[in-house]
Amino acid sequence: MPVAFDEMNGHDEEVRAAYAVLDDWLKGQPPELLGQRCQEAELLFRRIGITFAVYGEAESTERLIPFDVIPRIISSAEWDVLHRGLEQRVRAINLYLNDIYGPRAILKAGIVPEDLVFQNPQFRPEMNGQRVPHNIYVHIAGIDIVRVDEKTFYVLEDNARAPSGVSYMLENREIMLRLFPDLFSRYRVAPVENYPDELLATLKSVAPTTASSDPTVVLLTPGIYNSAYFEHSFLADKLGIELVEGRDLLVKNGVVYMRTTEGPKRVDVIYRRVDDDFLDPLAFRPDSELGVPGLMSAYLAGHVTLANAVGTGVADDKAVYSYMPEIVKFYLTEEPILNNVPTWRCREPEHLSYVLDHLPELVVKIVHGSGGYGMLVGPAATKAEIATFRARIEANPSNYIAQPTLALSTCPTLVDKGIAPRHIDLRPFVLTGRDQIRIVPGGLTRVALLNGSLVVNSSQGGGTKDTWVLDR
Amino acid sequence: MLSRTADNLYWVSRYVERAEYLARILEVTMRLTSLPIAYIGSRNEWESAVATAGCSKAFAASYPEANEANVMEFLAFSPQNPSSICNCIELARTNARAVRTAITSEMWDVINGAWLELKRFANAPGSREEFLRFLRWVQEISLRFDGSAFRTMLRNDMFWFARLGLNIERADNTARILDKKYHLLLPVDAPIGGPLDYYQWAAILRSVSALTSYHWVYREGLKPWLIADLLILNSQMPRSLASCYDNLVRYCDSIATAYGRQGPAQRQARAIRARLQNSRMEEIFQTGLHEFIEEFIADNNQLGAAVTRQYLM
Repeated sequence: MPVAFDEMNGHDEEVRAAYAVLDDWLKGQPPELLGQRCQEAELLFRRIGITFAVYGEAESTERLIPFDVIPRIISSAEWDVLHRGLEQRVRAINLYLNDIYGPRAILKAGIVPEDLVFQNPQFRPEMNGQRVPHNIYVHIAGIDIVRVDEKTFYVLEDNARAPSGVSYMLENREIMLRLFPDLFSRYRVAPVENYPDELLATLKSVAPTTASSDPTVVLLTPGIYNSAYFEHSFLADKLGIELVEGRDLLVKNGVVYMRTTEGPKRVDVIYRRVDDDFLDPLAFRPDSELGVPGLMSAYLAGHVTLANAVGTGVADDKAVYSYMPEIVKFYLTEEPILNNVPTWRCREPEHLSYVLDHLPELVVKIVHGSGGYGMLVGPAATKAEIATFRARIEANPSNYIAQPTLALSTCPTLVDKGIAPRHIDLRPFVLTGRDQIRIVPGGLTRVALLNGSLVVNSSQGGGTKDTWVLDR
Repeated sequence: MLSRTADNLYWVSRYVERAEYLARILEVTMRLTSLPIAYIGSRNEWESAVATAGCSKAFAASYPEANEANVMEFLAFSPQNPSSICNCIELARTNARAVRTAITSEMWDVINGAWLELKRFANAPGSREEFLRFLRWVQEISLRFDGSAFRTMLRNDMFWFARLGLNIERADNTARILDKKYHLLLPVDAPIGGPLDYYQWAAILRSVSALTSYHWVYREGLKPWLIADLLILNSQMPRSLASCYDNLVRYCDSIATAYGRQGPAQRQARAIRARLQNSRMEEIFQTGLHEFIEEFIADNNQLGAAVTRQYLM
């Protein structure tokens, strides 16, 4: 495996410009300072109650995501490129979804294979020929980005359903401001605290045209047992909107209402953090108790906006991902600003045989998976694990894609024995409203805390860092 | 406001109040049972504690005998007892968590902190000393929670629903003590108050934190009918039925004014308060203290049901 690019030290050269002040500052601090700050941060997180649930762990249903106190820094020039690339990518995703549930030009042109769409479990036939309010499917996107060297950022994954993590982006900054006021006086860090306002503006801008000029927006959560419940309540609070569960909503004559102490009140926009499958027991899974009976009919009648729209999963699938550069070119007739990680689609025979021949050096992912579950990291896997995975791929090749094991960039991170490089990624959040696309500078930086580990998912032992985009 | 949010706020307050009440009952019982038999008689005070907590049946189903260890475990820690102190705190926290956005961070800090700390006490108590410390801690949590709510919440419907929960629960608790101890409070012709009853009366007052208040109000020794007066009709006394209903009428009215509509809850609250205002202890004793209390408990429950139907569903 190649040596990873360190965002502070490059390839063992001198300290990169954006990090110079931080490096200097770190050297001037007593060694125990960071450890103390780290403990303070943990205390603060616990007091605020920022926790997440880990599925399958009956004992501790609430845990803290480890927070690393050393920030990850992105220069303004780097961010400019990312910003433009993200905007382009999300515009393309929205055009693609409008096309898939509409004229299907991209399928007719033979650019994306039909079966990838129609046999995709995330494809929603209910949406065929429907128009969503203002033609926006993905109002909130989380695009996972990795860096491999000075020049190269790759998109690792598009999250077009209900990306989470933005509450950590916001709280991490608050905590850093409290712990390191001195450091903030040496850097001009672009603020992120306006995200809730940007999100609310985005959501209000996409209300149905029949809604009043001050539309009612709510956040729909599966409830307190959901792993991201903290984030749901946090965001509802910051946006000043009601945090509703399915049982708080009712549909009458094609209009959605929430049950309030003053009687039913009309709802215009639902920022929903409930999966398609559970949204409406009449339309999707009949056993869902999280949803609202009749919600789909109100939605299709155009009386309520769902953000994100139903059926967006057909755009963030890992198999569709591999076509994203072509998708960008097809709709925008532009070269993609952000590239994909080189990807082999096991559905294509020549790709499959390459993948099977090179399993020990590849990362293999299930196309519909998320959260880092069910993937094979070749270089870290045992022979037995590889053999098991090989059998699974052979049994159902089109269910898998493979990518080279990237030397993800690293960032100095506080570990037991001091400061050491750990692999990181970045999830910026892209908001698409009727009027404009809004991106708060930065995003959530996730860090794989185990030495050598590449898995940054919080459910798999990853932590987070504050992300600083430097102002010009 | 979402009905569910109002419901959660209402129940957070009820459960915290209930936890405090249970802690008081247990503390008083511990104190009573430390007295020599000659002072309190041979009644089983632990059985009486279970009865005052309103869970005799559930207790009898799980334990052969009402002794100190069993009752403490059942009322304070038992996961099987839905109203044990631990479960009350757990439920209060679950409700609070569901409305994180509606309660203030000070309130959340108290209830979440209590829930985290509860694990420290989770194993059944070792010594009486340890147990007493636990009971004091529970009362302190309730005081802090109540104080945070009072000092930090906006005075809007959120506050009012929380206060409805607290006052309905508090009225119910005071009434339950009266219900189980009413026989001690009946006026008697015989020389007043043998030593046996004296300590029971003091215990009743302690369980509603009114022993000192009693002396301030009446300026004389403990007399059972005055104790009944203090707990039922004296609206200066924060845990009296009269005081609870002054509050309940006020908060029901605040809600009605804000929403521009009166309903069954307002009418029910006013009717109960009117009955308390128009009663005098002599009449209550004549028509039957026990009957009066039983009727009150039923009426108070009906107010709870009316609030639920009108606002919380």
